[in-house]
Amino acid sequence: MTAFILRRLMQSVGVVAVMSLIVFFGVHIVGDPVYLLINPQADQEDIEAAIRALGLDRPIWEQYWHFLTGALQGDLGRSFVFGEPALKLILDRMPATLELAIAALLMAIIFGIPLGLYAGLKPQSWASKTIMAGSILGFSLPTFWVGIMLIMVFAVMLGWLPSTGRGPTATFLGITSSLFTLEGWRYVLLPATNLALLKISLVVRLTRAGTREAIHQDYIRFARAKGLPTHRVIGVHLLKNILIPVVTVLGLEFGNLVAFSVVTETIFAWPGMGRLLISSIQSLDRPVIVAYLIIIVLMFIIINLVVDILYSLLDPRVRLGEKSA
Amino acid sequence: MSVTEAPAAIAEKNDASAVETPLRRFVSAYCESKLAVGAALFLLVLILLAAFAPLIAPQNPYDLAQVDVLDSRLPPGEVGFSGMTYWLGSDGAGRDLLSAMLYGLRISLSVGFLSGLIAMAIGAAIGLIAAYVGGRVDSLIMRIVDLQLSFPAILVALMLIAVLGKGVDKIIIALVTVQWAYYARTVRGSALVESQKEYVEAARCLGLSHARILFRHILPNCLPPLIVVATVQAAHAIALEATLSFLGVGLPQTEPSLGLLISNGFEYVLSGKYWISTFPGIALLVTIVTINLVGDQLRDVLNPRLAR
Amino acid sequence: MRFFRTMLMAAGVLATVAAAPVSAQQIRIGLSAEPTAMDPHFHNLTPNNGALSHIFERLVETDPKNRLIPGLAESWRTIDDNTWEFKLRKNVKWHDGTPFTADDVIFTFERAPNVPNSPASFASAVKGKTIKKIDDHTIHITTPAPHPLMPNDMSSLLIISKKHGEGAKTEDYNSGKATIGTGPYKFVAFVPGDRIELVRNEDYWGEKPQWEKVILKPIKSGPARVAALLAGDVDLIEDAPTADIARLKNDPNVEVSQTVSRRVIYFHMDQFREETPYITAKDGAKIKNPLLDRRVRLALSKAINRNAIVERVMEGVAIPAGQLLADGFFGVSPNVKPPAYDPEGAKKLLAEAGYPNGFKMTIHGPNGRYTNDVKILEAVAQMFTRIGVETTIEALPPAVYFNRASTGANGLPEFSFILVGWGSDTGETSSPLKTLLGTFNKETGFGAANRGRYSNPELDKLIAQALATVDDAKRQDVLAKAVELAMEDVGLIPTHYQINTWASKKGLKYEARADEYTLAMSLKKN
Repeated sequence: MTAFILRRLMQSVGVVAVMSLIVFFGVHIVGDPVYLLINPQADQEDIEAAIRALGLDRPIWEQYWHFLTGALQGDLGRSFVFGEPALKLILDRMPATLELAIAALLMAIIFGIPLGLYAGLKPQSWASKTIMAGSILGFSLPTFWVGIMLIMVFAVMLGWLPSTGRGPTATFLGITSSLFTLEGWRYVLLPATNLALLKISLVVRLTRAGTREAIHQDYIRFARAKGLPTHRVIGVHLLKNILIPVVTVLGLEFGNLVAFSVVTETIFAWPGMGRLLISSIQSLDRPVIVAYLIIIVLMFIIINLVVDILYSLLDPRVRLGEKSA
Repeated sequence: MSVTEAPAAIAEKNDASAVETPLRRFVSAYCESKLAVGAALFLLVLILLAAFAPLIAPQNPYDLAQVDVLDSRLPPGEVGFSGMTYWLGSDGAGRDLLSAMLYGLRISLSVGFLSGLIAMAIGAAIGLIAAYVGGRVDSLIMRIVDLQLSFPAILVALMLIAVLGKGVDKIIIALVTVQWAYYARTVRGSALVESQKEYVEAARCLGLSHARILFRHILPNCLPPLIVVATVQAAHAIALEATLSFLGVGLPQTEPSLGLLISNGFEYVLSGKYWISTFPGIALLVTIVTINLVGDQLRDVLNPRLAR
Repeated sequence: MRFFRTMLMAAGVLATVAAAPVSAQQIRIGLSAEPTAMDPHFHNLTPNNGALSHIFERLVETDPKNRLIPGLAESWRTIDDNTWEFKLRKNVKWHDGTPFTADDVIFTFERAPNVPNSPASFASAVKGKTIKKIDDHTIHITTPAPHPLMPNDMSSLLIISKKHGEGAKTEDYNSGKATIGTGPYKFVAFVPGDRIELVRNEDYWGEKPQWEKVILKPIKSGPARVAALLAGDVDLIEDAPTADIARLKNDPNVEVSQTVSRRVIYFHMDQFREETPYITAKDGAKIKNPLLDRRVRLALSKAINRNAIVERVMEGVAIPAGQLLADGFFGVSPNVKPPAYDPEGAKKLLAEAGYPNGFKMTIHGPNGRYTNDVKILEAVAQMFTRIGVETTIEALPPAVYFNRASTGANGLPEFSFILVGWGSDTGETSSPLKTLLGTFNKETGFGAANRGRYSNPELDKLIAQALATVDDAKRQDVLAKAVELAMEDVGLIPTHYQINTWASKKGLKYEARADEYTLAMSLKKN
């Protein structure tokens, strides 16, 4: 197991390096951020001064080398737009996005798995058909549309929940989060729902598909024949076996939630990383884009690692480590 | 039953089963759900509407000589300056919403299907190979998958636009680039489990070629989660295109898909001109729901593990 | 339909009634763009300047109509051709109680152009100026040549404290360590991307600030911003989307205030290449650049139905434009009117110029940078097509667009016909004339944003003359003549001036500003 983890981490370094190269040159192809940032009254001298200030007058290879040497010391560059270290900008906003992702994931698990189980165990019932129809709606509607609808209904018309922003935070065990305050949950609810709808639909469908398959398998019949109570048959035996695809997807989805909840964060003015990413892409703030994607790649690698380990725990047939044919 | 009837009945049954092919079995299994049949027919209607849009639509919304900004934001049923009746109203640029929806349906369907199909083919092939071959190849492929999954769709789309310009084909490339890794990961997961099973070992003992084992034995067993993911992804591709358009890196403005129409209509959501975003929204919803109803039944029917 | 509308309005009433009543305690303002730093000299862009105007102040300020008024300087005058004298206000204290003196101004001059990593510094505000302290409350600023725009330049520079600013970096301003100003509000917190918190400066030298606490929240998405106002989560929003203004005006719980801005939307045309990449004959054959012919430019200008753009595209939130700034601003010519919509005349001009069958053209613009930019492109393309110029549009993401428009063709502008917007910082026509229409010249600094590379030596002479004329009345005349010359020659095609719109809760009124700043100081109880 340790060898496996070590090998995986070493490969990750390669991935991160390749990623930084691709992004660096990719953004360079799109263009310079100078024209987006300068004051319109600027004259040629001001423009050139700005280019020099941002280090963009150097050849691209030199800029990349500069970045690489800095990265090895932990300095991922300074944002063109904000002037602060890119890493600090991202880490400052990470707690907000994590809150959103965790809340959405919780909703997906709490609502998705039971509903999917029910739909899989009783596929012909009315409730089951309604659940499936609802799950289709869940991913048919574009996120931005659902978001503004949620705001319209719950904030403008009913006035139950706030329409924008993040709630007050509290610190617990050294972690500062708005999930620790009751008021904070009021602010998180709408954006988390917006994000979660898609995930709930996905989890419902996967769980249902897995349940419908597994319910006919021999081991389930055997467990029932043994006289095990239904809740143990379903809760232990069935669940463990259908969880593999669910775990994979949830793992990837958590990664997506953290990395790309861009639209939701924009509509709800949630001060997270996603909003930072999209404004950095739109203003070609290369240091922030590169730093962001490096962090995201590392995160996905860790998630994949965790998922693979969970695989091996859940399904003894899967042996860890890359085997040869 | 009397003795004389029985042989006749048996003979009849024999005749019938002699004609029953896998295709017939498939169709009859599919038709067990009336809802799915309805959905399939409706999907056919949608495809026909999209294919014949130029003949049906009252206006070609991509032809700037036919569109008039003076007719913009007219409510449904109004007659505009040009004398044309805008049955479903007009959008912010003066396009007839009915025509724009028909043409937009065309683009949305082609973008969704093409990108989904290509991404699935590429992703499934890569995932299978990774799981089957294992070792270094598997590691390399999975690291590339990690890389791809970490790359935000909007950045991919922006870079493609910068290099290639805007267009329907560029969007399809962007969507394929974004989606293939998702399929690869899922298929690899299932294939990993499958390749440990006895039937694979048996097939190898029989001396079957690798390709045959992969595509005729392992792949069919990986299909159920793949089809679930595929149906979700087809809808997702259409919605992703809408989001990319919303962020400004989607289709060209003058050739809107349903997604672009909706994101254009987004700014009117609170203005009282509901038709600009509602009608395309309903059209998109209906399209995606239909695709998924069909996909649902397909998955149920094709699944070798469901008792039938 | 009416039922639906009534339902929405009823819901809106219920929502605002249910929300907290307007209090003198706290005001929440919804901004449309995010201030990127609390350092007054880091980034010279409107969102930063507007937010920081609560904490810091300038020697010269601007009133809502863009006229110059005394700020930290009580008065100013020229004492010789090249020197301006500024008399500083005496009873001003920094937020920590220390008095404001000329040393702070001198320190500001030294620091402003030297902020590391600044993407748009204030170097231009202090370029070429030598500052001298005469006494604690008097300074002289000298330039090598007469500089009539000195007060305008001083109206852009925020003054920082020498005591706290010495050695302070941008991070120190963001954390609040160095964010000590003289303004009506004091810095409390800056949560990047989320909000800026301010508290009343009880010892402010000027009019007592009305609100005890101010919170600035950026909400980029237009509908979300409007929803926040309707839901009662904010008390004032800036940049109300054009699609919603009619609805907001009819809402009894919302106050709308508007004023003409300093921003003009216009088209630049390729006037420096014999062949231009995005214009061909109708069959695709290469042709000589038609935009070099004044008659073609004039024809295109006449083909634009500006009233339609204002009414249909901008939904009435704009004014048709015939020059670079609207009536009432300095340097505007009373003789230049927006060209009348004349498609027949346009076709005749085209035929005269040798294009009786028109030609094919692709016009370019950004998507999402200016209000309704894509819709404007679409409308104009329709109008051109109707006079025989088959037009297609390409709307690119701003990141891609501005790069290519400025240097996309080997360091030169790439496109043939582009949509751009311009906001004059100084509030007078000298700046757009110089930067948009002056011949591109690195030494003189003219034409930095002249993406059509229009060049008219006579115009350059007039601009240079205006920039050296200190007497206001004389400068107005020269500028008016320059504008007339440029518009007569169709150096660029203006379409409309934007109107800035703010919307606030009932009971509050915002004093609309031409410079687009959203200030808590301009929000008053009704």
